[in-house]
Amino acid sequence: MPDTETSVHTQAPVDAADVVSVELKTDKPRSLWGDAWRDLRRNPIFYISAVLILFLVVISLWPSLLTSTSPYACDITKSKQGPAAGHPFGFNTQGCDVYARTVYGARASVVVGVCTTLLAAVFGCLMGGLAGFFGGWWDSILSRVGDIFFGIPILLGGIVFLSVIKGGSIFTVVLLMAILGWPQIARIARGSVITAKQQDYVQAARALGASTSRMLLRHITPNALAPVIVVATIALGTYVSLEATLSFLGVGLKPPTVSWGIDISTAATDVRNAPHMLLYPAGALSITVLAFIMLGDAVRDALDPKLR
Amino acid sequence: MGRYVIRRLLQMVPVFIGTTFLIFVMVYAIGDPIAAMFGDRTPDPATAAAIRESLHLNDPLWSQYLQYMAGIFQGDFGTSFNGTPVVELMGNAFPNTIQLTLVAFAIELVVGLTLGVIAGLRRGRLVDTGVLIFTLLVISIPTFVTGYVLQYFIGVKLGWAAPAVSIDVTLDQLLLPGIVLAGVSLAYVSRLTRTSIAENLRSDYIRTATAKGLPRRRVVTVHLMRNSLIPVVTFLGTDIGGLMAGAVVTERIFNIQGVGYQLYQGILRQNSPTVVGFVTILVVVFLAANLLVDLLYAVLDPRIRYA
Repeated sequence: MPDTETSVHTQAPVDAADVVSVELKTDKPRSLWGDAWRDLRRNPIFYISAVLILFLVVISLWPSLLTSTSPYACDITKSKQGPAAGHPFGFNTQGCDVYARTVYGARASVVVGVCTTLLAAVFGCLMGGLAGFFGGWWDSILSRVGDIFFGIPILLGGIVFLSVIKGGSIFTVVLLMAILGWPQIARIARGSVITAKQQDYVQAARALGASTSRMLLRHITPNALAPVIVVATIALGTYVSLEATLSFLGVGLKPPTVSWGIDISTAATDVRNAPHMLLYPAGALSITVLAFIMLGDAVRDALDPKLR
Repeated sequence: MGRYVIRRLLQMVPVFIGTTFLIFVMVYAIGDPIAAMFGDRTPDPATAAAIRESLHLNDPLWSQYLQYMAGIFQGDFGTSFNGTPVVELMGNAFPNTIQLTLVAFAIELVVGLTLGVIAGLRRGRLVDTGVLIFTLLVISIPTFVTGYVLQYFIGVKLGWAAPAVSIDVTLDQLLLPGIVLAGVSLAYVSRLTRTSIAENLRSDYIRTATAKGLPRRRVVTVHLMRNSLIPVVTFLGTDIGGLMAGAVVTERIFNIQGVGYQLYQGILRQNSPTVVGFVTILVVVFLAANLLVDLLYAVLDPRIRYA
């Protein structure tokens, strides 16, 4: 990292409000985000994962772009048959087109992954941020509450809770995974807020009489957000994988929702005589998880200067 | 150190109560155990009321919870709805799951650490890239997919390992399920080790150790490893609970009659005492492992103790 050290934060304390204007006056101000974005644009992994994710988002919005076959149009006489003209992936046990079901299955995975991550990240940041910023009693209580939810592995809690409420909608699965997943984000957010709070420029802002909300919004949040974004992106991949696992176990999404987890679960019994029914949805699922985890990796490499 | 241990133990108490209460509420307050006992049939109201009374289901929830916890501390996890004491089910199931978890844990530890240390020491080289790609793939493919694929190719097609595990579990049968269960954690361990090793390799104390003429082996094993393994130990501890939870999936694929199997049967039959009992034990294992890690952490890193 050449000449980034000239950032205003290392200079003598200036008036908090001036920080922005000073940054604008220098020729090429390089913030952590600017640096990270430059790094990202040089990373081929970022492009591969971004293209894959864009593709997944597009087909989950408009699955009919890729297939004109309905995932519910099944012909039982074609049960378990291999690939045929117009049906490149063959047919499943009920004689439905595996290709159409693989394409339509993207929606559930993407929606569950994105919604769970957003929910868990917003709530986790709020709780972790409050605990880290105010410390003391706030910290003790919020951290213990987080520990309680952290004490239940998501898979275990998901199995118990979803089987009891007999859920099966995308909403219940998202809600449950977010309820059990937020402490992970909160722990990271708390740690990075505590680190940011102790930085000299935050102390300077406080000494100059900046209000709590100003310190939080202008100084702490932008500097504490990076680790949270990294963890959240990687968590997105694991949430997609978890949804499929829960659906596979029969407690997550339920038919008629088209989900890769359900399809893999029904195909598993026939893996010896009709492996194509399992391999295509399993492949699609793995590529989706891979794309999000690669994106998380690329973002981490860009945002974590220690690894440079 | 003593004060630290006491503080951690005291912090555990509310977490233990909160977690077990949460599970208890999930199963008993939201679900209806009586309706579940009768399945699709509608129970006779008088019978239902009698069962409800005999199981203390009319008491307020906190009182049911207290009775349940009092039982647990006396080794009584209640009776499953078909009459078998839950403790008996646990006695049959836990040895199998513990064996499976230990096999997986050993694989995770040996393979994960080796890959991580090698990759970390040779950061940016071919080996490092290879390990990164391998771990990325392993993390991305969900366990149940790896499970079925390996079972099909190694167990059925090639016949190198047993595709399913018999009732009296033997260690060699657990090798394949162990690999499947260990997979994702193994990848996390090697990535974590790699990052930590690569980071510490550039630190001042390593430079000092090398400069004062220590042989490289000693620098790596004593100076570098001891400092780099602290975050790995944390992960390994929290992962024990994760492995036991993940066993639900692995046991289903390889037909192992362990905790996951019992839990799954309990859920299918809505057998609340079984479910609550097993999940409570798993959560306690998870919490105990976390506590152990925190204590170990304090032994390894004196900075934590005095903070």
